[in-house]
Parts: sequence; structure tokens; C-alpha cells
Amino acid sequence: MEKTVNQKAWFLVLPVLVLVAFSAVIPLMTVVNYSVQDTFGNNQFFWAGLEWFKEMLRDDRMWDALGRQLMFSGIILLIQIPLGVFIALNMPKSGFWVSFCLVVMSLPLLIPWNVVGTIWQIFGRVDIGLLGHTLAAIGVDYNYTSDPFAAWVTIIVMDVWHWTSLVALLAYAGLKSIPDAYYQAAKIDQASRWAVFRYIELPKMMGVLMIAILLRFMDSFMIYTEPFVVTGGGPGSTTTMLSIDLVKMALGQFDLGPAAAFSIMYFLTILLISWVFYTVMTNLEKREG
Amino acid sequence: MTDASITAPKARALPKVKSSTIVMGLYLLFLMLPIYWLLNMSFKTNTEIVSTFTLWPTNPTLDNYRTILTDPAWYTGYINSLIYVVMNTVISLAVALPAAYAFSRYHFMGDKHLFFWLLTNRMAPPAVFALPFFQLYSSVGLFDTHIAVALAHCLFNVPLAVWILEGFMRGVPKEIDETAYIDGYSFGRFFAKIFMPLIASGIGVAAFFCFMFSWVELLLSRTLTTVDAKPIAAIMTRTQGAAGIDWGVLAAAGILTIVPGALVIYFVRNYIAKGFALGRV
Repeated sequence: MEKTVNQKAWFLVLPVLVLVAFSAVIPLMTVVNYSVQDTFGNNQFFWAGLEWFKEMLRDDRMWDALGRQLMFSGIILLIQIPLGVFIALNMPKSGFWVSFCLVVMSLPLLIPWNVVGTIWQIFGRVDIGLLGHTLAAIGVDYNYTSDPFAAWVTIIVMDVWHWTSLVALLAYAGLKSIPDAYYQAAKIDQASRWAVFRYIELPKMMGVLMIAILLRFMDSFMIYTEPFVVTGGGPGSTTTMLSIDLVKMALGQFDLGPAAAFSIMYFLTILLISWVFYTVMTNLEKREG
Repeated sequence: MTDASITAPKARALPKVKSSTIVMGLYLLFLMLPIYWLLNMSFKTNTEIVSTFTLWPTNPTLDNYRTILTDPAWYTGYINSLIYVVMNTVISLAVALPAAYAFSRYHFMGDKHLFFWLLTNRMAPPAVFALPFFQLYSSVGLFDTHIAVALAHCLFNVPLAVWILEGFMRGVPKEIDETAYIDGYSFGRFFAKIFMPLIASGIGVAAFFCFMFSWVELLLSRTLTTVDAKPIAAIMTRTQGAAGIDWGVLAAAGILTIVPGALVIYFVRNYIAKGFALGRV
């Protein structure tokens, strides 16, 4: 759409600016403040420069958490994006069953995150959980509280359970926007199923898929509650993601300086990767017109 | 896998078993099993849960639900959650509507940067904000109030609402605005009387998403509350520990947190797909 230049539009944006300034800028400045200062208690602070940043960058603990976090987000994207597209392709075409599938698929998305954790914590327990009990019955040695591999599998399956529907819903919305004429043309050309997917469906889904990738990346990179409830970051620290580590540091040990430096680097990392996704996305939108 | 359904796109859903039906069936089963298990446990007594393993409750009981619905320590949690979620939804929409209109209709200095900056707040890890929020709201005397949580959740809900609404507003032709202004409508009247009804579904979807993300969030709402505004989710985590876990009550509480979500999904089911695409399809 053609937009007109109008500087007065700033007034319409003003409420958002004030609100976000209060709920984002002020807190963020506090974090920046802490990150460059040190304290001996009693609210006496003095300048520490970039000491905390240097210390955090030397600290293996953060690098390990970052490694785990990248691995987690990577696995999540690799599973959820193709699976979500696959599910969307298999959605019923019309009628009652569409609504039914949509409602059931959205259900996991509206469950409070700690309840999601609780559900899987129970589901996976060998004594009272369906999954754990079944696995034990068929002779699989499965215990997510003591075996790091089982813990990882549990939180990944949990996240797939929790969020794949989001990708599927987005991909479905993209598919719905393809006019029937495209499929008829493909049929006349006797295009294979793969060709239809590759040259019609996939390009048409690109825009929404980018949103899906962006959202799934951001949220999986910030994940806290679900793995915290299920594994508490253990066994050991094998499932301690960045957020879990950060909360432990900031609210648990009250190490304000290092935690603040950690926060800033954490936020910048997300921002950088998201900015890349966002740029690609808006370019795609432009190309489509 | 889906040859049948795609090469004949016009075919109405016939009652024959297609591979796509099997795929969807398996997927929905995968989604429902853990929830079913929670439901199953919520109708059992704790002794039954711990001592025997059954696929359905042998002696269904409503005791767990009774415990929650009669004990103020439990049910005020639900009320607290609902209060701040509704507050958050109202605030988010009230500020996001004009902003989204501005973004969808006008170019102004720094609009693109502003838009991206708003989105960055959606990317901010709540863990980063937990401590500063705690200090900020304590210092202005809002700690442990509903409005504190509602404002804190604006951090990620306002950008999202702006994003969704902007997508929907973009679909409304600009000629409508212009005609209304020529007809002598003021901006306020035009917006309330003509424009808002046109994007009603967008507003519904945005409200749904604000509700959803505020309802499911725990880290911030737990950090900002102790007693008076404590959300149900936080009360659930507290009951674990101490004298062992009462699995039955925990399961019932979990089921009750799913109910509001299930209700709102039902109302927006026809717009859900478009909404998740942020109005951009």
C-alpha cells in the first residue's frame, strides 16, 4: 500500500513509546548500570568498566550454556519446521474436521509453561507416567533425572509437543492462501507431488515460514520454565540453558555484575540472529510485493 | 504421501481412509496423550496414583477439584491470574491500536527503526528482565500488585499486538479512510465507528494472543508477586516439595489452567491460522 508521509503519526505511536520506555528501557538501563559497576554491599557502587564482561567471556560456564542453548535451538528448528510443514500438508481440506484439528492443535500452545513442564514431568516418570512406565515395560532404560541423554530427549520431545503446532498453523495459513488455479495448472502440466511442493507450495509458504523460524528461534533461545520444571537444569548442568543459568546467577546468587554482563551479551546475541532473520523476511515480503 | 489430496484439490473430503488422515490422527494422538494422562490423574486419589498403574481411574473422584475450588489459597490464584491477564490485554490493545494504525498508514521519521525496536522487546529474554523489574516495581511501590504483572507482560505483548494489528490493517484499503474524512468524520469517530469494525477479527486475534502469552508466562509473574497477586502457576510450583507431592491435586490444578485457554480457542478458531501468521497471509 502507498503510504503518505505524515510526521504527526508520531502522536499515535507515543503511548506505545511511553509504555515500552517504562517497561523496557528503564529496566535495561539498570542492567547496563550493574554490568559496569561493582559493589561491596550497602548500596555503594563503583566503576568496574568492562571487568565483568571480560570475566564472563573467560568463564567456561557461560560458553557451555551457550553451546547447549545453540544445540537445543538447532535441534528444535530442524525437527519442528519440517514436521510442522508436513502436518500442515496433511490437514483436512474443509469442513468440521478443520476446526477440530485447529482447536486440538492450539491446545498445547495455551497451557501455562510450567504446567507443560509438569505434564511431561509426570508423563515421563517411570512409576506413575504413561511414557516412562511404557518404556520401562518394553525394557528401555529410561530415567530423565539421572541420564543426561534421556533428559535431553525428554525436553526436546516436550518442546516438539508444545510448539510444532505453531509452525503447522503458520504453514497451514500460508497453504490456504494458494489459489486453486495453481494446483489445476500443475495438474495439467502433470507435475509430480514433489514439484508441486517445491515450486508452488514452498515459495508461497516462505513468508510465513520465516515468521515461524523467527518465533521458534527466539522462544527456544529464551526457554526457561519448561526444562526448569522437568529437569531443573540437571542432571548436573547438562540441560542448563542460558536463561536457567542467568536466573540462577541473578536471583539465586545475586551476583549482579556478572549476571548483568551475561544479560547484555545474551540479549545482543538474540538480537543479532533475529535481526538477520528479520532482514531476510522483510526482503522476501518486498520481493513478493 | 498426500498425492490423493493434492492432485484432486476440488474433491470434497470423502469418508475413506487417506494417508493424510492417518498422519493427522497420529499427530493429534501425540498431542492429546499427555493431556489425557493429566486428566486421568486428576480424577484419582493420590494413593491410587502411587500404588496402582491404570489407564483410566478405577474409582473416579472429584475430591481433587473440590480441594482446589474450596480452598482460597488455590482459587485466588486463578482469580489473580485472570485479573492481570485481562488488564494486560486491555492495556496492550489500547496502546497498540493507534500505533499499528500509524505504522500501516503513514511514513514518518524513524518509522522502520521504531518498528524493529518494538520487535526487539519481543526478543528480550524475560530472564534478563526479571531482576530489574523486581527492583523497578519495588521502588515505585507496585510490587505484588496485579498491575505490575500486567505492565511487565506488556514488554512482549505490546510489540506482538502492534505486529498483528498492523498486518490486519494493511489489508484495509486506504480509500476507506479518505472517503470517511471527506464525509466529515473526525479521526476519532472514523476510527471507532468505521475502522475498528472492519478489523474486528484482527482485534480479536490480537486480544487472543495477548491473553495467551500473558496466561502462559510464569517467570515474570512469579518474580513480581509474593502473596496478593500470586498467579495460579506459581502456587502450583509451591505445592511441590514439603510433604511429598499430591499428584492428584497438582493434576487437577493443571487441568483447570487449560480450561480458559480451551474456551478462548473455541471462540477464535476460524481466525487462528491467520492470527498465527500475524495477519500476513
